[in-house]
Amino acid sequence: MRNSNSDDRSASGKDLDQRLADMNKRLGRDVPKVERSASASDRNGFGNAFKLSSEFISAILVGAILGYGIDWLVGTTPWAMILFLLLGFVAGVLNVLRASGELSGSYDLKANEQKSVEDKE
Amino acid sequence: MANDPISQFNIKELIPLEIGSTNISFTNSSLFMVATVIVTSAFFIWATSRRGMIPTRAQSFAETTYEFVANMLRDAAGSDGMRFFPLVFSLFLFILVINMFGMFPYFFTVTSHIIITVALALLVFFTVIAYGLYKNGLGFFKLFVPSGVPVFVLPLVVLIEIISFFSRPISHSVRLFANMLAGHITLKVFAGFIVSMGSVGAVGVVGAILPFLMTIGLTALEFLVAFLQAYVFTLLTCMYLNDALHAGDH
Repeated sequence: MRNSNSDDRSASGKDLDQRLADMNKRLGRDVPKVERSASASDRNGFGNAFKLSSEFISAILVGAILGYGIDWLVGTTPWAMILFLLLGFVAGVLNVLRASGELSGSYDLKANEQKSVEDKE
Repeated sequence: MANDPISQFNIKELIPLEIGSTNISFTNSSLFMVATVIVTSAFFIWATSRRGMIPTRAQSFAETTYEFVANMLRDAAGSDGMRFFPLVFSLFLFILVINMFGMFPYFFTVTSHIIITVALALLVFFTVIAYGLYKNGLGFFKLFVPSGVPVFVLPLVVLIEIISFFSRPISHSVRLFANMLAGHITLKVFAGFIVSMGSVGAVGVVGAILPFLMTIGLTALEFLVAFLQAYVFTLLTCMYLNDALHAGDH
């Protein structure tokens, strides 16, 4: 299937591309790329804001819920919730860093963490 | 149709049903889920029934969709991730078609209810846990223990990793739900402006052109969001499945 397709294309494809480019030039459409990339980055900004905030908030929520659950089981009422809420904030920051690609890949933090520990020492 | 932007999300019972005290009525939400499944499977069965060497338009569309999802999964989870292809492909099509259905006027948007998106996200979450434990055994828990962390901060890091892991289904589901909900409310609000300005008088009718243009723009944007959110949901699914497949490798 692929072969027959690409044969077809090599016969008329280049011709067609050439003609499309010519037509776009004649219609004055050969420079619309700038506008388009601007609107795409706007859209990305909104999507990014949504992504990062949901990552951050969800970790805090999970921390609070985990802490509340532990309190409920063990009966140490406010303490586990306070501790896990704070840990939730930390996990939220970690999530945001991961989602924004500051820590590339999920477990590349080894290198970073080691470096920061070495710095401290 | 009511003029407030929220009433479009009302659940209506079409066929009331009850088992014991549990309400399992067939609602407008169920109707659109059933319609999605039927339309999607009917299209793919019809499009691939001919299996021609030279694909028809429908067949090449089906093949392109297949390739699109397959490449996404292969890139994110490697070629052994392809065992999850049926799950990922179904999820992608289900969400995409539901979102697109939601763009029709008077249609119900199923993904604007968080219970649906949470159910889908939890399906992925439990698949990751179950398959991760089955494949890696206890090695799956290495997911929470990044290597190269000094022992004295390890407990803290493990706790943070666990919280981060459990926050996944929440952000996974909230992102889809909130985008669909917010988008549809915005559309409705701007469309409502047209009506209320139009009722003011001649000046209002002329002024109503502005929210009308905005509504057109937002509709186009919503189509983009409908696709993008289906894509993002699937992409995250692939990344989480990757963790299940390769948790023991660290």
